[in-house]
Amino acid sequence: MSSVPISAFLALALILFCIGLYGALTKRNTVIVLISIELMLNAVNINLVTFSKYGVAPAITGQVFALFVITVAAAEAAVGLAILIALYRNRKTVNIDEMDQLQG
Amino acid sequence: MENAWLIPLFPLLSFLVLLLFGRKLKIASAYVGIILVLVSFVYSVIVLFERFTAPTHKAEAVWLSIGELQLTAGFEVNQLNALMLVLVSLVSLLVHIYSKGYMDGDERFPVFYAYLGLFTFSMLGLVMSPNLLQTYIFWELVGVGSFLLIGFYFYKESAKQAAKKAFIMTRIGDVGLFIGMILLFWQTGSFEYDEIFAAVGQGEVSEKWITLTAILIFIGAIGKSGQFPLHTWLPDAMEGPTPVSALIHAATMVAAGVYLVAATFPLFAASETALMTVAVIGAITAIFAASIGLVQTDIKRVLAFSTVSQLGYMMLALGSAGYVAGVFHLMTHAFFKALLFLAAGSVIHAVVTQDIEKMGGLWKKLRFTGPLFLIGTLAISGVPLFSGFFSKDEILMAAWAHGNYGLFWLAVIAAFFTAFYMFRLFFMVFSGESRSKMDNVHESPGVMIGPMIVLGVLAVVAGYVNTPWFGAFLGDWLTEGNPALGHGHVEGPAWIMFVATAVSLLGILLAWLMYSKKSLERDWLSSRAPISYNILVNKYFIDEFYKLSFVYAAKAISLFLKFIEIFLVEGIMKAIGGITQAFANTGSKLQNGQVQTYGTVAFVGLAVLLVIFALTGGYLQ
Repeated sequence: MSSVPISAFLALALILFCIGLYGALTKRNTVIVLISIELMLNAVNINLVTFSKYGVAPAITGQVFALFVITVAAAEAAVGLAILIALYRNRKTVNIDEMDQLQG
Repeated sequence: MENAWLIPLFPLLSFLVLLLFGRKLKIASAYVGIILVLVSFVYSVIVLFERFTAPTHKAEAVWLSIGELQLTAGFEVNQLNALMLVLVSLVSLLVHIYSKGYMDGDERFPVFYAYLGLFTFSMLGLVMSPNLLQTYIFWELVGVGSFLLIGFYFYKESAKQAAKKAFIMTRIGDVGLFIGMILLFWQTGSFEYDEIFAAVGQGEVSEKWITLTAILIFIGAIGKSGQFPLHTWLPDAMEGPTPVSALIHAATMVAAGVYLVAATFPLFAASETALMTVAVIGAITAIFAASIGLVQTDIKRVLAFSTVSQLGYMMLALGSAGYVAGVFHLMTHAFFKALLFLAAGSVIHAVVTQDIEKMGGLWKKLRFTGPLFLIGTLAISGVPLFSGFFSKDEILMAAWAHGNYGLFWLAVIAAFFTAFYMFRLFFMVFSGESRSKMDNVHESPGVMIGPMIVLGVLAVVAGYVNTPWFGAFLGDWLTEGNPALGHGHVEGPAWIMFVATAVSLLGILLAWLMYSKKSLERDWLSSRAPISYNILVNKYFIDEFYKLSFVYAAKAISLFLKFIEIFLVEGIMKAIGGITQAFANTGSKLQNGQVQTYGTVAFVGLAVLLVIFALTGGYLQ
């Protein structure tokens, strides 16, 4: 049953994370950026679950953490989309390049 | 004598009172000044008489203590100091009285008296100082007083320039004095005159150091006493009011240089080289200034050059180990030169010009000034029975006795010049036809004549305190109990007196022939040797030389430094500023508000850290 090695799980998490990071850093549409962040969070979740099962000291803690992350990610997505809608109402754009009010 | 320190404080009080209340007192400020200086004078006379019998009094208190070192301040009444006290306070008093008439109607009348008070205070303080440091402080203070009074008519450009010139030129000398003072302190560990002389006397200081410090101190005296080559400020200082010229630039402050050399005389006496320097500079100055005096046409400038020349005489005397002769001439010169200046002031007051070409025939119109001026002229020319005769004689004797034969003959020629130009001045001002455009030439008020009469009497009798005929009271008293100062009277061949008399009478005769009887053409010399005349009229081009050398050199250096300032210093500043700004701009551009850029930077940074971590195993070596 345990024919799938740990490295496969970790490789999946790594690929997911890299795709998420790439999207978060390069996409111009803010919605895509938020989705990419979700991807990265999920990559983290896979990591957590993998180590809670196959780690040096397997424990339930990792899975509990994964649940927490899912919860927080849901909340974050709600808040992020709400902010995005507010921004869109003001600026008539979802383009992340144009959201540069924080510049020095 | 214990309270002699009060003497300088009265004029200081006068200064302070007039500074604070001068505007309200107006003309009464003259009385404040006169009365307070009179108190000083009376007390000085008392101190002098006490000093005849009592020993030297010296009192000091610790002023500053730095570690082991204690600097003291105090006062000393020795023979020289007591004499100078009376001299300064007397001339100051007479000038105070005289100014009441001369400065009448001047807008800044109280200010004038305030300055006089400040100057008198500093000068009295100077002549009582028991140590070099205190001397130096008062030395600078008299310089300030002189500066303020030369520049009294500050709305005149020439007066402003003259005041600056006087201050700067004397400062050059002061630097020498300052260095000399510090070197002496380094060598002997004390500023006290007594301790310095003791150290020198016991041979604790090497010959080389004595010579060096003595010459440095003498440089200070050169500046203050208008000796060659720093003399050019003194004739220009005549821009000040005439009473000031009489007090500061004839009788007292310019004599401070001579006083300083006299006060530190044991130091000079210990080094033959230093003495020789003093003597040579003195003799050169004497003949040099006298020759310029031959052709000047401004009454005050003639007197100024004669002052420079006479100060040269005093230096020659001191340099020839003639301590008594120098101090004696200092005293008689103070009287007759103050008299001459006050009389010249009276003449200027009457005809409102300083150009002697525009005077003439004033003898009948100025019944008092004329004879008084004549007394001064006779005294300075060294005519027998007048004070200048005895003191000049002493100087010549001292120069001969010390073996300075060349300098002796220079001094004799200078004496001839002196007699000539002084009588040239006298004849041009008082005899012949009037060339003045003024119709109502009138004699000065009594308040101006009075002080002149006092000085006139002194110019005649002051010489008798130290004569070869009635005994050398002054000389014996001055050198009493201090063998380092030499003998009270210098023996010399008797013919010197006849030579001195002959040259002065010859000078008078020549002046009479040229300017009164007119049997000799006035331009006898100038038409035959126009070059020498030109040189003399232009004062040997010394001012021009200084302008071309030092002034322009200083300007060139300052221009150069200005370019360094503009291009180098400011360039560096601008470069530093520019670099900082460029950094700031770059930094500012990074903060472009693009979240993705921040994210990229953070990620790259993390990646770099991880690579380093991986390569070094977690440790940075």
